[in-house]
Amino acid sequence: MADFFDINLLKAILRMATPLIFAAMGGLICERSGVMNIGLEGMMLTGAFVAVLGTYYLHNPWWGLLCALISGALVGLIHAFWSIGLRSDQIVTGTAINLLAAGITIFLCQRLWQQSGRSPQVETLPNVTSGVNVLVPIAFLLVPVVWYFLRTTKPGLRLMASGESPQAAESVGIAVDKLRYVAVMTSGMFAAAGGAYLSIGSLSLFTRDMTAGRGFIALAAVIFGNWMPIGTLGACLLFAGSQALQVQAQIKGIGISTDLLLALPYLLTLIALAGFVRNSRPPAGLGQHPTTH
Amino acid sequence: MSDSLRSRGLTMTVLTSVAAVAVALLVGAIFILLSQQNPVTAYKALLEGAFGSRRAIGETLAASTPYIFGGLAFAVAYRAGLFNIGIEGQMVMGGLAAGVFAAWNLDLPRVLYIPCALLVAAVAGGIWGAIAGALKAVSGAHEVITTIMLNYLAFQVLSYTLLRTEGWLPVNPQLQATKPSSPDARLPNILSGTRLHAGLLLGLLMALLVWYLLFRTTFGYRLRTVGLSKGAAAYAGMRWGATITIAMFISGALGGLGGASETLGLLGQQYNAPQGYGFASIAVGLVGRNNPFGVVLAALLFGTLRSGSTAMQNQAGTSKELVLVLQGLVILAFAALAASGRVQSWWAKRRGQRFDEGTDTVGVEPGVAPEL
Repeated sequence: MADFFDINLLKAILRMATPLIFAAMGGLICERSGVMNIGLEGMMLTGAFVAVLGTYYLHNPWWGLLCALISGALVGLIHAFWSIGLRSDQIVTGTAINLLAAGITIFLCQRLWQQSGRSPQVETLPNVTSGVNVLVPIAFLLVPVVWYFLRTTKPGLRLMASGESPQAAESVGIAVDKLRYVAVMTSGMFAAAGGAYLSIGSLSLFTRDMTAGRGFIALAAVIFGNWMPIGTLGACLLFAGSQALQVQAQIKGIGISTDLLLALPYLLTLIALAGFVRNSRPPAGLGQHPTTH
Repeated sequence: MSDSLRSRGLTMTVLTSVAAVAVALLVGAIFILLSQQNPVTAYKALLEGAFGSRRAIGETLAASTPYIFGGLAFAVAYRAGLFNIGIEGQMVMGGLAAGVFAAWNLDLPRVLYIPCALLVAAVAGGIWGAIAGALKAVSGAHEVITTIMLNYLAFQVLSYTLLRTEGWLPVNPQLQATKPSSPDARLPNILSGTRLHAGLLLGLLMALLVWYLLFRTTFGYRLRTVGLSKGAAAYAGMRWGATITIAMFISGALGGLGGASETLGLLGQQYNAPQGYGFASIAVGLVGRNNPFGVVLAALLFGTLRSGSTAMQNQAGTSKELVLVLQGLVILAFAALAASGRVQSWWAKRRGQRFDEGTDTVGVEPGVAPEL
C-alpha cells in the first residue's frame, strides 16, 4: 500500500485534470456571462480534431494548437449566434453542436484519411518533464488568470454582471450581448484547447468520440465548484483523482471497488445539485436575455 | 380558436417542419459536395437503401421504432416545460431491466411474460427520469444537468451489472451482455424476412396514449399548463413539483420502453453499448413539434436517414456519420426558423398590429425560462 500513492499517481491526476480544467474554465466564463453551454463536449471534440488536422498539414503541433483555438472560437460563434443573436434555446443549440461535432469529425476523418474514426499519427506538443505535457502547467495557470479576470478587471466584472442580471447590466450601459459573444467564443477556445490536449498532447492522433463525455464532466465541475474558478479547479482535481485512482488500483492490482470511483463525479454533482452542498447557486441571469424580441 | 385558424396554424407547423428538413438536407448536400461527391447520387442511394425493397422497408421501420419512443419521451417532458436530455440513460435502465428480467427464464406464459418485462422496463426508466424531476421540484436543480449526470450513472450501472453481477443475475461478462432473453419474453417479429418487431406497434400505441393523456385528460391539461407558465399553474392551484415529477416519470418510462423494445425486439439481449438514440430524440421531438403524431412522422424521417445511411456509405462512399451532421443541422434550422417567426411577430407588435395568431406556443423556446 505504501507505493500506491507514488509520483505516477500524482502525474496521472494532473494529466486527467488538464482537459477538464481547460473545458471547465471555458464553461465557467460562458455560464458566468449568462449563457448555458452544453456544447462544451462538441467544442472539445472539434478542438481535438482540428489540432490534429492543423498539425498534419502544417507539420507543427503549435500551429495545430492555434488552428484548434480558432476552430473552438468559430464553434463558439455558432453557439453565440444562435443562442444570443437568434435567441434560440441555449440547450437546443448546444445539443446541435454536440451532434454536428460528432458527425463532422468522423465524416472528415474518413474523407481525408480514408480511415473510419481515426487519424494518422502526428507530432505532439513537447513535454515539460516525463509524462507531463506543456499544456498541463498552462491549464493550471489558466485558473488564477480567469479568477483575476473575473474578480478584478472591468470586463470581468461586467461579464459577471451580465450573468447575474442582464436587464440591469444593460440599463447601466453594458453591451450585454456583445460581451456574451466574446465569452461564448472564449469558452469555445478553452474547450478546444482541452480537446487539443487529448489529441496532440497526451495522444498523437484523433480517434472518434475521443472526448468521451469530458465536456459534460467539465460542466459538472463548474456546478460542483459553485461557478467559482478555484472551486471548479478543486472539482476537476477531484474528478480526475477518482479516475486516476481507479486506473492506479487496476495497475497495482488492488481490489478496491473501482466502479464506485468511476461513478463518483456524477454522484457528487447530483448530490451538490440536490442542495446538500451549501451555497450552490448559479448566476441568476443564466439563460435570460437583456431584452426580449 | 376557429377551425380555419387552427388549420392555418397546422399548415404553418407542417411547412416549418418541411422547410427545416429541406434546409438541413441542402446544407448536408454542400457537405457532400465539399467532399467531392455527388449529393444526388448520395441521397438517391439513401432513399433506395431505406425503401428499395421489402427488407429495406422493414429495416427502416425497425430503425424508426426507438426514435418514436425517444421522441415521445422528449415531447412529454417538453410539454411540462422540461428538457429531458437523459433519454439515453432512461433507455439504458429500461433495456437493462427488461434484459435481466427476460433472461431469468421465468415460468410465465408469453401473454404475461412480455407485458411484465415491459412494465419492469417502464418502471426502471420512469424512476430514472423521476429522480431528475424530483430534484428539480425539491431543490430547483436544472434537469439538463441532472439528466446528463444520470446518463453517465446509468452507463456505470449498466457496465457494473453486466460485468460484476454474474453470481446472482443472468449476465454474461465475457460477452458484456445479459444472457439471451427467454423466447417467451421476446417481442414477436411482425414482417417475415426482416428484423421488424412488435416494438413498432407498441410505439404507435404509446403515441396514441400520449396524445390522449396530453390532450384529453385533466392531468394532461395540468401538465401543459405547468409547462406554459409555472406562475399561472400555481395561481390555478396546480402543484408544480408533483406535476413535473410525474411528467418526468412518464417521460422516463417511455424511454425505458424504448430501451426494452430494442432489447426484447431487435437485439434479444442488452449489451454494454448505449445506442445513442437519446440526443437524436431531442431532434425528433423538435421536428415533430412535440406532438405525438408529429413525433411518429419525425421518427420515420430519422429512421429513414439511419437505415438508408449504410446504403449511402456503401454505394456513394459518403460516410454514414453524415446522418449525425444532418440531425444537428435539422436542429439548427429549426431553431433559426422559430427565431425568424419570433422576429416577425415582434415586428408586427411593434407596428401596432395584432399579434400573429399563427404563432404556436410550442416552438423551440421552452415553456419556462431555463433556471438553474
